[in-house]
Amino acid sequence: MHLDLTHLGKKVLDEKLPDITDFVRTYLGIDPSVNPVPIQPTAHYTMGGIPTDVDGRVIMDEKNTPLPGLYAAGECATVSVHGANRLGTNSLVDLVVFGRRSGKHAALYVKNTDFIPLPKKPEDGIQATISDLYSGTGTESVAKIRLELQNDMMDNASVYRNQKMLINAKNKLLELKKRYKNIALGDKSKQFNMELFEALELGFLLELASVLVESAVNRTESRGAHYREDFSKRDDTNWLKHTLAYKAGDKIDFRYKPVVITKYLPKERKY
Amino acid sequence: MKVTYKILRFDPEKDKKPYFKDYDVEVEPTDRILDGLNIIKWYQDSTLSYRRSCAHGICGSDAMEINGVNKLACKVLIQNVGSHITIKPIRGLRVIKDLIVDMEPFFEKYRSIKPYLINDDSLPTHERLQSVEDREIFDDTTKCILCASCTSSCPSFWWNSMYLGPSALVQAHRFIFDSRDHGADERLEIVNDLNGIWRCRTIFNCVDACPREIKITKAIEELKRALLHKHL
Ligand SMILES: Cc1cc2nc3c(=O)[nH]c(=O)nc-3n(C[C@H](O)[C@H](O)[C@H](O)COP(=O)(O)OP(=O)(O)OC[C@H]3O[C@@H](n4cnc5c(N)ncnc54)[C@H](O)[C@@H]3O)c2cc1C
Ligand code: SF4
Ligand code: FES
Repeated sequence: MHLDLTHLGKKVLDEKLPDITDFVRTYLGIDPSVNPVPIQPTAHYTMGGIPTDVDGRVIMDEKNTPLPGLYAAGECATVSVHGANRLGTNSLVDLVVFGRRSGKHAALYVKNTDFIPLPKKPEDGIQATISDLYSGTGTESVAKIRLELQNDMMDNASVYRNQKMLINAKNKLLELKKRYKNIALGDKSKQFNMELFEALELGFLLELASVLVESAVNRTESRGAHYREDFSKRDDTNWLKHTLAYKAGDKIDFRYKPVVITKYLPKERKY
Repeated sequence: MKVTYKILRFDPEKDKKPYFKDYDVEVEPTDRILDGLNIIKWYQDSTLSYRRSCAHGICGSDAMEINGVNKLACKVLIQNVGSHITIKPIRGLRVIKDLIVDMEPFFEKYRSIKPYLINDDSLPTHERLQSVEDREIFDDTTKCILCASCTSSCPSFWWNSMYLGPSALVQAHRFIFDSRDHGADERLEIVNDLNGIWRCRTIFNCVDACPREIKITKAIEELKRALLHKHL
């Protein structure tokens, strides 16, 4: 597929879209003011994240109970200004408005609260994870598992999904998680160990991918950026609700929070 | 195509001195230098260490010396370099490990020019508007991504690490010429120092190195002129 920008002309492209124009020139050797640009889908934003209220307080359940002292704002948070699909250029609202609100609220909160007693050895959990990774003697590599994860998510859980693809993805994830337990690091150094960093990150990616895939299997409708080929219509009777995912051992528990409609009704995007 | 990467390696936990190590890599001519480094790290030798994030010349984290010139590894295609690629860390900053240098002295200089809006007017009720012409004056210097390619290629900086360096001066320019900002005077005094703009000998290494094609020497000249005007 190609994107034709030639009608905009060189001046507009250079002045208004300098970065994109530079990418196309540098990486594709194409002048977008002369030739159409080959394009493909990619992941460019994470819709969905840590649920918060309008003050950035992280909420724990379907009753909007805040988790005292924990705040989130920006792309990692879901304060739900965007509905089920963030439209172009709108994400800065999360940073500018809700980043500020969170900061203000947090500043007030710390004035009226004290440190809570720490558990005896709060570092135990992460230290065990890290030393397991250092001492792993398995045959799997971080890079190979990550590549398979990327390919699988792109093939089976990207823009168009259906039951069969998502179940494939779910099974593949089970396999990858098992293999992840069998990785070994080639780099055992202590300073700037980027392989260790990538290994930790991969563990989290596998968990996040499972949340994404399993919640998408459950949601038998299409809404926003979630498009199910086998359920192509929005279903407000059954699915006008937010997904909440809870870690339960090796499994994920799903719960749902009702969507509160105030000023704007859910609508189809028609442009 | 097959290319050879010759990379200057150093592991502080093992090595007394840096040494070169060769890697043969199978790449496409249109791959980036960074893609080859990733292939080495992921499939040949995971101990190889370097910074990278965006892979598109936006974040400024993978400046390195590639065949003698400072570049972002993600902005150079293999086909533009050839099949023998020699890579070293950028110069003038302490090497922590392999291609990773200590950027702290660099960012310290950046912070010293007060890289934030200074304006004590009472809060306006709407945006602080700026004309297209006023925005144009510092458009070039807003493009800096703090990659340090310029500063670490500057002979004046190699000779004297106290020199603020081209990057910090570019950043000073970005704020001094912003009509919404009132901190021009204090910033001009900061750069009016033997280790500030007067150490620039217009060698132009910085301009050649800058991946954003910023006219750095021109910006420094504009700072010098602004200072002269201020003191006349
Ligand atoms: C190519 C592209 C173009 C975009 N264009 C637009 C646009 O035109 N308009 C628009 O509104 N939005 C746009 N967006 C989206 C917008 O840029 C992002 O949503 C926004 O920048 C996110 O900001 P953030 O501060 O929430 O998160 P980030 O900017 O992602 O910051 C997260 C920070 O956390 C750090 N971090 C991560 N893990 C850890 C850890 N364990 N410990 C400590 N630090 C950690 C990271 O290093 C990073 O600095 C674009 C996004 C992309 C990718
Ligand atoms: S001026 Fe150019 S080379 Fe220097 S830090 Fe900024 S972007 Fe990098
Ligand atoms: S990786 Fe971000 S500039 Fe190269």
